[in-house]
Amino acid sequence: MSRLKRIAAWIEDRLGLGKSMQPMMDHQIPRRTASFFYVFGSAAMTALAVQLVTGVMLALVYVPAADMAYDSLLHLTFVQPLGWFLRGVHGWGSNVMVACVFLHMIQVVIFAAYKYPRELTWVVGVLLLLCTVGMAFTGQVLRWDSDAYWGLGIGASIMGRIPFIGPEVVHVLLGGPIIGGEALTRFFALHVFVIPASLIGLLVVHLMLVLKNGVNEWPIAGRRVDKKTYRENYEKQVEGKRGVPFWPVAAKKDMIFSACVIFVILLCAAIIGPIGPSGPPDPGIIDTEPRPDFLFLSLFAVMALLPPHLETAFILIVPVLAIGLLIAVPFLSGDGEKHWSRRPVALIVLGLVVINFVVFSQLGVTSPWSPEMKAWSGTPTPVEYVEGRTPLELQGALVLQNMQCRNCHSLDGEGGRRGPALDAVAARMTENQLIRQVLQGHGNMPAYGGHLSPPEVTALVSFLRTLNGGGIRPRARPSIMPAKPGGPSAAPDVGR
Amino acid sequence: MTEPQNEAPDGMPAECSECEGGQTRRGFLFKLGVGMQALAGTLLALPLVGYAFSSFLEKDSRKWVGLGEAEGFEKGSTRLVNYVNPVRVPWSGTSGTDIPCWVRTKKDGSFQVFAINCAHLGCPVRFFDESQLFMCPCHGGVYYADGSRASGPPPRGLFEYQTKIENGELMIFAGRLPTLHESA
Repeated sequence: MSRLKRIAAWIEDRLGLGKSMQPMMDHQIPRRTASFFYVFGSAAMTALAVQLVTGVMLALVYVPAADMAYDSLLHLTFVQPLGWFLRGVHGWGSNVMVACVFLHMIQVVIFAAYKYPRELTWVVGVLLLLCTVGMAFTGQVLRWDSDAYWGLGIGASIMGRIPFIGPEVVHVLLGGPIIGGEALTRFFALHVFVIPASLIGLLVVHLMLVLKNGVNEWPIAGRRVDKKTYRENYEKQVEGKRGVPFWPVAAKKDMIFSACVIFVILLCAAIIGPIGPSGPPDPGIIDTEPRPDFLFLSLFAVMALLPPHLETAFILIVPVLAIGLLIAVPFLSGDGEKHWSRRPVALIVLGLVVINFVVFSQLGVTSPWSPEMKAWSGTPTPVEYVEGRTPLELQGALVLQNMQCRNCHSLDGEGGRRGPALDAVAARMTENQLIRQVLQGHGNMPAYGGHLSPPEVTALVSFLRTLNGGGIRPRARPSIMPAKPGGPSAAPDVGR
Repeated sequence: MTEPQNEAPDGMPAECSECEGGQTRRGFLFKLGVGMQALAGTLLALPLVGYAFSSFLEKDSRKWVGLGEAEGFEKGSTRLVNYVNPVRVPWSGTSGTDIPCWVRTKKDGSFQVFAINCAHLGCPVRFFDESQLFMCPCHGGVYYADGSRASGPPPRGLFEYQTKIENGELMIFAGRLPTLHESA
């Protein structure tokens, strides 16, 4: 026996790690579960391991103090050898970890793995999801750039809407009454100590529960979960030739997929590079358009599209309700069919959640509700929109530009999209409607009556009357006739 | 020290000379241990909770800070001015020290000072002199020059600081992030 083997044997004799690990590696699982559909959980763990290692490496250089954090991040990105790459791996590792956790949960829902006796495994999994999201948010704050600063302000504003204790919650979140030095150290402690410790603790419990209750069997239509007979039936599925040992039969697929996950992270880091930083965290630089990281873009979109009177209720009630419902899932549907073909409601709900997340995230990327803050001064008026126009109409084109109308309205596809495009505004609104819309505003448009002189209004409307979509005659009458006194009400087509 | 030899199967003495009124020394020590642990844990937890949630006990820490000579602000204008945050720590850096606000000087020389944060979700609003509007780049909230809500998702007008003129200097009462239930 070589010296190395003798040392290993000595350690094993004293520690007994191999002996205690052996039953875990050898535990029997249903043969069909040694599948690539079951690899997302281990992939998420792999991504977590990548995060832990790269996080420790980044902490060697990063300074968690508000006056130095941004500079240390710049140093990490541009001076420290391979710092940019490690930042990239950590940033993309976070995205991939979130993706793996989502995929794992989707697979669990499709396979109904939350049913008896794995209710607690699911509940712990939901807590793990919350920890993962918490890591993503706190990590974004640690960049301590412009987006992080204003993102934290958005988070504080949301928390500040809680009735009665909102301000106190904001002060706890920020470590004081305003975003400053205490806020960053607080988020550093959360990101580096509190949440990872919770995550690892919960992960250990999650794995213990998987070992205790076994890997969820492959669902078969017609085979119902009966709490009285389930464990006995499960034992039959892992006995003898019907079961296979986790190591190496299932583990090899986990290893292959986990390696692919690492490849993807490395590729993203190498090709796309690190995420941020954006501008410095100077609140005095207000020429900024804060955007959250991808995971929170859907929330960003929802906050723009909700009717204002529903916002506070949505902010306060929906997250609590959603987390409560997630936790309640195995208690609402703890037995019965597991096969997806027999659970259409579950699949429809899952599909709707996924579609909503994707659609709102995409909307968050394009954010058509955000004004183009520089469109009024930086976007030219198309030549064909001013060619051959009268002096009055040209004056109106200037008013349109100078009054920041382009920030919300586009011409020939250029400009904001918060309001409707103006290319054919004359084809859908009469002169009187245009005047009224400009003076009084409507919907998402402010009233300009107080800022425009009558000649400016006349010029602006004259120009708008020339925007008829290329040949369509300007509208002479309202598309909907005003209601007669005492008759049914009808709204003119303004403000669309 | 000798242990009772005649133990029952559950580990507790079946009979002993130390038993008084059904209480054993071992049982008493166990209860004492639990009690002391609870006391020690509580004594440890109280300052921990107090430390982490000290902001619940904090009084209003805002202070009056100067924005500059009142005469220096042009009547009828709205300007972006940075003030030094009175609630800061030595390592706050720019992010916690130089806070911007919008100073509106009315035609009659009186002032309105608005927080930079949109009343919707706290993004920085920008003022456009030509249209006399504040616009928010995040969700498109718009406010009139007097800070009142013009359009978009904000549930109210811009947050406004208390102002006063002291020794010819325009001052605001500042030092906290305005939110829906706590103005500037």
